[in-house]
Amino acid sequence: MAGPGDNIVLSVRDLRKAFGGLVAVRDLSFDVHSGGITGLIGPNGSGKTTVLNLITGELRPDNGAILFRGEDIFGWPAFRICRARIARTFQLVRVLPHMTVRENVMLGRMFGSEPREPTRAAREAVTLLERVGLAGRDMLQGGQLTYIDQKRLELARALACRPQLLLLDEWLAGLNPTELQTGIELIRVIRREGITIVMIEHVMEAIRALCDRVVVMNAGERIAVGTPDAVLSDAAVMRAYLGADDAAA
Amino acid sequence: MALGTIVLVLLPLFASNYVLSLFILLYAYVALATAWAFFSGATRYISLATAAFFGVGIYALAIAHVYLSIPLSLLAAAVVGFLVAAVVGLSTLRLRGVYFVVFTFGLTELVHQVINWAEIKNRTVTRYIFTDVSNVSIYQTLLAAALLSIVGSWYVSRTRLGFALRAIGEDETVARHTGVNTTMVKILCFAASASVMAFVGAVLALRYSYIDASIAFNNTWSFQVLIAALLGGAGRAWGPAVGAIPLVLLSEYFSGTFPRHFPIALGLCFVVIVYFLPGGITPLILRAYHSFDASRMLRVLRTGRLPEGSELAGRFRAGVARLNGRWKI
Repeated sequence: MAGPGDNIVLSVRDLRKAFGGLVAVRDLSFDVHSGGITGLIGPNGSGKTTVLNLITGELRPDNGAILFRGEDIFGWPAFRICRARIARTFQLVRVLPHMTVRENVMLGRMFGSEPREPTRAAREAVTLLERVGLAGRDMLQGGQLTYIDQKRLELARALACRPQLLLLDEWLAGLNPTELQTGIELIRVIRREGITIVMIEHVMEAIRALCDRVVVMNAGERIAVGTPDAVLSDAAVMRAYLGADDAAA
Repeated sequence: MALGTIVLVLLPLFASNYVLSLFILLYAYVALATAWAFFSGATRYISLATAAFFGVGIYALAIAHVYLSIPLSLLAAAVVGFLVAAVVGLSTLRLRGVYFVVFTFGLTELVHQVINWAEIKNRTVTRYIFTDVSNVSIYQTLLAAALLSIVGSWYVSRTRLGFALRAIGEDETVARHTGVNTTMVKILCFAASASVMAFVGAVLALRYSYIDASIAFNNTWSFQVLIAALLGGAGRAWGPAVGAIPLVLLSEYFSGTFPRHFPIALGLCFVVIVYFLPGGITPLILRAYHSFDASRMLRVLRTGRLPEGSELAGRFRAGVARLNGRWKI
């Protein structure tokens, strides 16, 4: 059991979710340590995003427990989980297209934990936008931004909710090599500020550079957990990613 | 602005009964369209239930005015509208897009038939409304309702609540994951909007001497209110009012001269909005206001030609392009 003073922020126990006959997440357990970056990896369709949706209240788990700072947040609605200081980004970028960049961030500041009134939220939003590298774009519409800038905006909006735990769903996907380096640096800065991060990622370079621990999923189950180097040389992980024959070769 | 309000308040002193009635209808539409846009414009949950809440207000007044004073009956109507919408909202605001539209359309018919059935069981088909409320009082009440709904809608749009409404319209999932209690916001605002609709229905009912279910629940209200709001533009608090004025005047003119053709005009009006003015009239007014240039205006007046690349010409071409895309003209 994670309690106050313990260094486990999030503890997932025997989490289960089925869609009809398909079990997307099967009795999954893992811990997230405070201040670190935990990677959640696995082949496509292994249930990573479902896990993230279960933790953030987008989906209701069938069974199990989700303990955040010792409190069971199982079955809480999404808005309450956000206010309890878990923020997220989305696999397919979701900015509010017809609201300004600043308003996108203000939303998080006005409704996340420690909500602020609009005028104060607007001021703080500008500071946050500078932090993620969007200075000067605050009056553009969300939909006018380029792909990478929309990703930055999503990150700023999540940070505006004042999270202790930040869940990134393939936030580094689709970036070119230069942008990837900027992105990795940005995540490092966020961690240094004391925010715990869980990231779903396919970019191995980023996983090696950032993650302290990696949880590997396949077909809804946990098949390995450990440091990136240890996990990525694990035979079971190889099989899951490459198939049995190639892994043997 | 203040001067205009004073003129409107004093209008009954020197206006004929016909003009008074026209303005009563106008204010009713302004209040209804503003209330509609307050919820549906921001959240993009397009509701066709205006007639349902309007009718609930009429029935609430018809029943309450027997036992209560008129002001209390009007208040009761607003409360009943709020409660009915809250119950309906709880069960239906999960529906999105066209499902919500169709449901709200059906809701009017459902309430209509339920009341019809209840009335027949009661052995009453019509109800009488006996009051001595003057047209001037009705005029003043609806003027106040129209102004208050615009001011209220404007005020809320600047608060956290208004912000949450817009965010729901943009992306409800994001709103939820950013800490917005979307269910609460939707139900509260849907019910607040419905209470205005019920109130307006109740005030207008004071002018009827008798009502029955088909008078109270008439889907035309839903459509005309929606068109008024979209014509004006649902993005600003005063937008729907801007749309309601031409619509009421047009409908008054057409129903006098071509009573059978009015639905065609309404339909054309809708086509024009969709293809040429997707944002309604308000963006045009705002742009004209911000880019007013006297010398340019004079040049247009002198030469009688719109400058190349003008707003109007561009809008026309864009609208034609949309039509072409749809119909391959």
